[in-house]
Amino acid sequence: MDFDLDEEQRLLKESLDRLLSERYAFENRKAYQQSPEGWSREMWAHYAELGLLGLSFAERFGGSEKGAVETMIVMEGFGRALALEPYFATVILGAGFLRYGGSEEQCAALLPQIAAGKLTLAFAHTERDSRYDLAHISTRAVREGEGWVIDGEKGVVLHGDSADRFVVTARTGGGERDREGIGVFLVGAESPGVGRRGYPTQDGLKAAEVTFNRVRVGPEAVLGEPGEALSLVERVVDEAIAALAAEAVGAMAAMHELTLDYLKTRRQFGREIGSFQVLQHRAVDMLMALEQARSMAMYATMMAGEEDGAARSAAVSQAKVQIGRSGRFIAHQAIQLHGGIGMTMEYRVGHYFKRVTMIDSAFGDADHHLKRLARENATRAAA
Amino acid sequence: MDLRFTPEELAFRDEVRGFIRANLPEGTRNKLVEGRPLDKDDTVFWQRTLNKEGWAVYNWPVEWGGTGWSPVKQYLFQDELQQAPAPLPLGFGVTMVGPVLIAFGSEEQKRRYLPPIANLDEWWCQGFSEPGAGSDLASLRTSARRERDRYIVNGQKIWTSLAQYADWMFCLVRTDPQAKKQEGISFLLIDMKSPGITRRPIVTIDGGRDVNEVFFDDVEVPAENLVGEENKGWDYAKFLLGNERTGIARVGTSKERLRRIRELASLTSANGRPFIEDERFREKLAALEVELKALEMTQLRVVAAERSRRDNKPDPASSILKIKGSEIQQATSELLLEVVGPYAMPFEPEGWNEPPVGPEWAATIAPAYFNWRKISIYGGTNEIQKNIIAKAILGL
Ligand SMILES: Cc1cc2nc3c(=O)[nH]c(=O)nc-3n(C[C@H](O)[C@H](O)[C@H](O)COP(=O)(O)OP(=O)(O)OC[C@H]3O[C@@H](n4cnc5c(N)ncnc54)[C@H](O)[C@@H]3O)c2cc1C
Repeated sequence: MDFDLDEEQRLLKESLDRLLSERYAFENRKAYQQSPEGWSREMWAHYAELGLLGLSFAERFGGSEKGAVETMIVMEGFGRALALEPYFATVILGAGFLRYGGSEEQCAALLPQIAAGKLTLAFAHTERDSRYDLAHISTRAVREGEGWVIDGEKGVVLHGDSADRFVVTARTGGGERDREGIGVFLVGAESPGVGRRGYPTQDGLKAAEVTFNRVRVGPEAVLGEPGEALSLVERVVDEAIAALAAEAVGAMAAMHELTLDYLKTRRQFGREIGSFQVLQHRAVDMLMALEQARSMAMYATMMAGEEDGAARSAAVSQAKVQIGRSGRFIAHQAIQLHGGIGMTMEYRVGHYFKRVTMIDSAFGDADHHLKRLARENATRAAA
Repeated sequence: MDLRFTPEELAFRDEVRGFIRANLPEGTRNKLVEGRPLDKDDTVFWQRTLNKEGWAVYNWPVEWGGTGWSPVKQYLFQDELQQAPAPLPLGFGVTMVGPVLIAFGSEEQKRRYLPPIANLDEWWCQGFSEPGAGSDLASLRTSARRERDRYIVNGQKIWTSLAQYADWMFCLVRTDPQAKKQEGISFLLIDMKSPGITRRPIVTIDGGRDVNEVFFDDVEVPAENLVGEENKGWDYAKFLLGNERTGIARVGTSKERLRRIRELASLTSANGRPFIEDERFREKLAALEVELKALEMTQLRVVAAERSRRDNKPDPASSILKIKGSEIQQATSELLLEVVGPYAMPFEPEGWNEPPVGPEWAATIAPAYFNWRKISIYGGTNEIQKNIIAKAILGL
């Protein structure tokens, strides 16, 4: 076991950190956010140049065949920078479906375009009542000739407003919450029958409500096995949660640093507020929460590629619980220790607070995963 | 010891409840329930409605239009307003500057300022905090230099809530730069229309614009606007800050939020069932209700003890109420966030005129959660409240 980065990983981290510190200052970010898409095409091109957009793709698909540790490094960097680009939607989620569920032809057609920065994806999955249940899908896909016809409504599709294509989950059979009868399809955003309504999210990103009204797709749009694709969804989502954990750690580390700096510079009662012992202890509690979260993000990274679905999901749920709790504690304390200034839009810390809050509610909040782990315990005890 | 309300107190509560039900505009109530901002007019209309009934300045002495209600009745009144939910009479006037004027102001000041406070004909804001003087309020630097019959004020206030609506500010200024820091402060009433005043909104993390910076550039303030004695302002400020013993915990507001949580958790489904049936969620809700009930009883003990108080000194117990009350309010905002789930995400900025993205009640939930972090910061942070308790109650 080795927790140190190897030479190449260190280089990756350094070049990303350099890029972000040069081009992702708070003011830059604000400008990117105000552009029509809400993120920077220029940064996207830089990510492509650095090889980030094909990080874990096979070389023959224009990728650099890196593993989960590299993804963790990149996501942590994005967490610190509060990056707005659709990396998570496109490279982690969208391309994840291709990597795990795409045919050789599908991968050859799309992954190189993603790696080159020419194609963005979004995962159209959540529905109005599905909350965090991955099998809760009422969007339908009905066979018609060689292809399929998709009907339904998807909500809070991250970066769905600007994506070129959607990865859509739909029901090919079974009832609303059955584990069987789920299919995954690739749908062009401009296909006839696709409608979308974009909007900003609380944390400054973009999302969309997407409707599919008798949308026809051919057999080449099918990812995985129609009717049997839930395990594909679970696999990709588990990997996505590991990536989110790393992003959250980046945000938490940044909040902790900002707070520490503030404790050392803000003066009240004729001294630095960091000289008050109660605030020192609070900063220590924040550090402990951060380190616990970092450890669990690493654990999720380590387990993300695990073939045994039950072991992988359990690890990822444990990480999500820790990330959710640490994130909330650190954010609350970061705001509190800044006093009024922490409450303002002009200051960075509040934006991290909003991002970790939204990460908690992505793919199941801390309590959702805690309940899942609790059920797991009961099953284990019975066995 | 008799832990029950008397029949008279209960009848009083019913009377207040009936009055609110009959008179509170539906639109105002809905905004509060849904967490949407009130317009200035909503607040003004409601306070005038209360004032017609003789209830707006419920906490003042009868000779200045007050009610003469016992502390228990005052508490019940606030609790009913919070639970309705209805706006409370504007605190800056009614519970802050009003009582200071009654205790320390001149006869002319009382006659001039108190009636428009009661009827909310004049809106007041609180100019205490400065960029360099938050928790350490006594280090404030905004200066007031005496020139014949007026003061010349220079400096800056920050975090001034609702200054955008304000006609007047009660303001702490430094009148003696030489004196020990608490001893050179005075309490001035400043007309917000005076030349030399600039207000600038500060956008908060939820996207709201309710706090402001206020700049003073050679602002002339008539000397008669000094309250009490020059350089005694710190005493009046301490009186003001400790004056609000009842209602500070906002127990009624938390009760109303719990009701809202139950309502929305019934409308939301998880795993094909109403979320309110989720065992873990229900337990957390129940645990919070226990905390709130305990706080309510603690609050009532403090209120009941008021009856036997003779002095007007701040009661450090109010710090306990403030800390616990803020924690519980913040916890209600977290439970609401949990209820709404993925639909907490869409952000509908100010002036959003489109139909809601998710369930129509969802859009305000995350902003309220962000915004309510302020409750443990304003009015003296929870850390400062604990310092007060440690010193004043524990003698440490
Ligand atoms: C939404 C909002 C509305 C407000 N409205 C008003 C208003 O209308 N009028 C007005 O005058 N002010 C208002 N305030 C200001 C508020 O009272 C101050 O923010 C508060 O007193 C804290 O001061 P500060 O922000 O400068 O933080 P600081 O005093 O700098 O505190 C920073 C951190 O240090 C801690 N700290 C400081 N001293 C100590 C100590 N001795 N021991 C332990 N910890 C310590 C604090 O608890 C805090 O966590 C408002 C603030 C907010 C956020």
